[in-house]
Amino acid sequence: MKNKIQKIAYNSLLVLFLTLNYSCSDELTERNEQFPQLNPANTDELAGTWKTFLLTTPDEFSLDAPIASTAAAFTREINEIKSYQASITPEQKKIIKYWSAGGVLRWNEIMRTLVARHNRPPYQNEDGTYPAPSGANPFANPEFPFSNPPYAARAYAYVSAAQYDAMIATWHYKKLYNRAAPFTVDATLPVLIPKSALPSYPSEDAVLAGVTVELLKLLFPTEIAYIQEKAEEQKLYRIISGANVRSDVDAGIILGRKIAGKFIARAASDGTGAAIGNQALWTQLETQTAATGETPWKSLDVPARPPMLPLFGKVKSFLMTPEMVIASRPVPPPSTKSEQFAKELAEVKNYGKNATRKNMQIVTFWADGVGTYTPPGHWNAIASESFVELNYSEVRWARNLALLNIAMMDAAISCWDAKYTFFNPRPSQVDPSIKTLTGTPNFPSYVSGHSTFSGAACVVLSHIIPAKKTKFCGYGKRSFGF
Amino acid sequence: MKKFYLSCLLLAPLFMNAQTEIDGIMMSKNNFCFGAVYQYSSWDEYWEGTFKRENLNLGTVSTKSVALMGNYGVSDKLNIIFSLPYVETKASAGTMEGQKGLQDLSLTIKYMPFEKTIGKATYSLYALGGLSAPVSNYSADYLPLSLGLKSKTASLRLMGDYQRGRFFSTISGAYVKRANITIDRNSYYTNEIHYTNEVDMPDAISVNFRIGYRSNRLIAEAVVDNWVTQSGGFDITTNNMPFPSNTMNALKVGVNTKYTLKKIPALSLIGGCNFVTEGRNVGQSNTFYGGLFYILNLKKTTQENEK
Repeated sequence: MKNKIQKIAYNSLLVLFLTLNYSCSDELTERNEQFPQLNPANTDELAGTWKTFLLTTPDEFSLDAPIASTAAAFTREINEIKSYQASITPEQKKIIKYWSAGGVLRWNEIMRTLVARHNRPPYQNEDGTYPAPSGANPFANPEFPFSNPPYAARAYAYVSAAQYDAMIATWHYKKLYNRAAPFTVDATLPVLIPKSALPSYPSEDAVLAGVTVELLKLLFPTEIAYIQEKAEEQKLYRIISGANVRSDVDAGIILGRKIAGKFIARAASDGTGAAIGNQALWTQLETQTAATGETPWKSLDVPARPPMLPLFGKVKSFLMTPEMVIASRPVPPPSTKSEQFAKELAEVKNYGKNATRKNMQIVTFWADGVGTYTPPGHWNAIASESFVELNYSEVRWARNLALLNIAMMDAAISCWDAKYTFFNPRPSQVDPSIKTLTGTPNFPSYVSGHSTFSGAACVVLSHIIPAKKTKFCGYGKRSFGF
Repeated sequence: MKKFYLSCLLLAPLFMNAQTEIDGIMMSKNNFCFGAVYQYSSWDEYWEGTFKRENLNLGTVSTKSVALMGNYGVSDKLNIIFSLPYVETKASAGTMEGQKGLQDLSLTIKYMPFEKTIGKATYSLYALGGLSAPVSNYSADYLPLSLGLKSKTASLRLMGDYQRGRFFSTISGAYVKRANITIDRNSYYTNEIHYTNEVDMPDAISVNFRIGYRSNRLIAEAVVDNWVTQSGGFDITTNNMPFPSNTMNALKVGVNTKYTLKKIPALSLIGGCNFVTEGRNVGQSNTFYGGLFYILNLKKTTQENEK
């Protein structure tokens, strides 16, 4: 009897040990690690003639002619590649695997991480007021920026637009100088990524690194070390993989930086810095709405937080004039005293009260609140995963993300214009018994930011990939309840 | 002697499951002890990393639970223990909806390979193997109001007990292995964004020390419990949202009591409380509980023999 008990006990413990060991293999499979190496079917050879956003001409910023591939200095650059390859490390192989999925793609992913990392509302002062992040003093408390949805929409747009103009200039100079790739000059040189038929000067990856780093320094100044590290990896990847020689890369960085300058100058005076408003404005928004007989929006945060970026509707758009923003303003929301509003309020209340698991899933999936890459970031993720399948050239990647992000920045501008024109309360403000399945955003309710972003994104993405229209636009019609 | 006492004691709050079985006592053979415990746990302050704060948008976060528990004596040296809590969470302020539902079923095998009395002192050693798994499809990614972390866990605890007369002390340590969970989002941020709905959950080590008085009728003990998340977790940054794979550490002190009725020796009442004194990415919970247990002898003769 005693032996039997012992046996049961030991067997049970053995099973447990095995379970422990088995469940030890908890490595995650992440979708973006599965992306294949970029190997575009169409190189978009003539993209140097495409329409730019800010550059007046593709050669607005000059780029010196490269040294001849017959020069001894060029051979030494090829020798540099060979010497890297002779002692390639596992870490370097990892860098190549990562960046060879595409530079525009990876920088977009890096930005999504930066947005999520900084998407946190400031913590209150002792006296219940809130400190504001300052671009002039980014390391103070709270760190700059608070990358909330409008800030993020603009950041994605500036980086995408600058990358796009930079790629057009790159394609222009590639065709102009027509420098052969290192593996064409030296047929013995091993190439660790798919060979591109494009001329190699300047390196498109280096231009991307150059232009993106400068813009990110402006947008996420506390992250410069992190950003710089990524850029160094990207440059190294081009050389070790044999895709570019050092002078292709150096020229690319120089060109990218010059182009960034034009976008930075515009961003510095586009009105974002003033979008936070001041106490006088916040009070005025309240009194002017109250004067119409409507209930003005009130912060549901405790302590009450100033409204998020009330003047973002005045930020300078890439494609819309201020008059166009006003002309596209929606009709006023139903009065909070109307029957229609009461009906809609009841609908929201019902969703909160009778939350099904399915509805909770939808809310969690689309909430994109604090600590996430925001709704515009979510659409960048959706777009990227669709673009990966289509194997675009870097210039087409840049174009498509620029179209998406400029549309979403305009969505943010137009939506914020409407929100602060009507200053409409959230459902939970009108009926405090209404509970939500995610945090209540700290800005007026009408029109919905999520819906505006989704509407803009679905139309642009459906234009780019018509076959996925149902998928993209089906996404836009989810209920939130805040 | 001491093997006659109930070994159903304390239901741990949210992230500190499977504590019921970690006392130095066994159910005797063929006895089945079962019961229910009601617990109320709440906090006003919590730690974001090491930063302790209140959050007026949550007010008081409370967790009420009722757990069904049972312990069957396969032999005097081998017990099988289960618990199944129904949990309800609520925030007293703000707009976030609370949650309710069944949480995780836990099963523990408790084995006492060694017991020896030398003079007035009795020494015993135990090994406890535990498994737990969620029994409902609740959302783990809804902290601090989620019902639990939804991770399947496996734990191994080694325990030693020393009793001299009616005074005892018990020390134990466990490694808790946690399986990955899936959440309702297909990407999430830890220190960078992960593009998957799967979350790697950090393991944990739990150390528990108890000291007190133990007789046929009454058990009263003081408890210190330290739960330390192992590598792989991360801190909540200031004013950010919590996440299931945060590092969650808690040092708790508490008191457990059990009283067996004189007239109905099969029935016992339990009660106790515990308080988080130090923590990281957890609420500073104050927990109170009470419950009832009843012992059934499934083979009358056995008990008579043992008596």
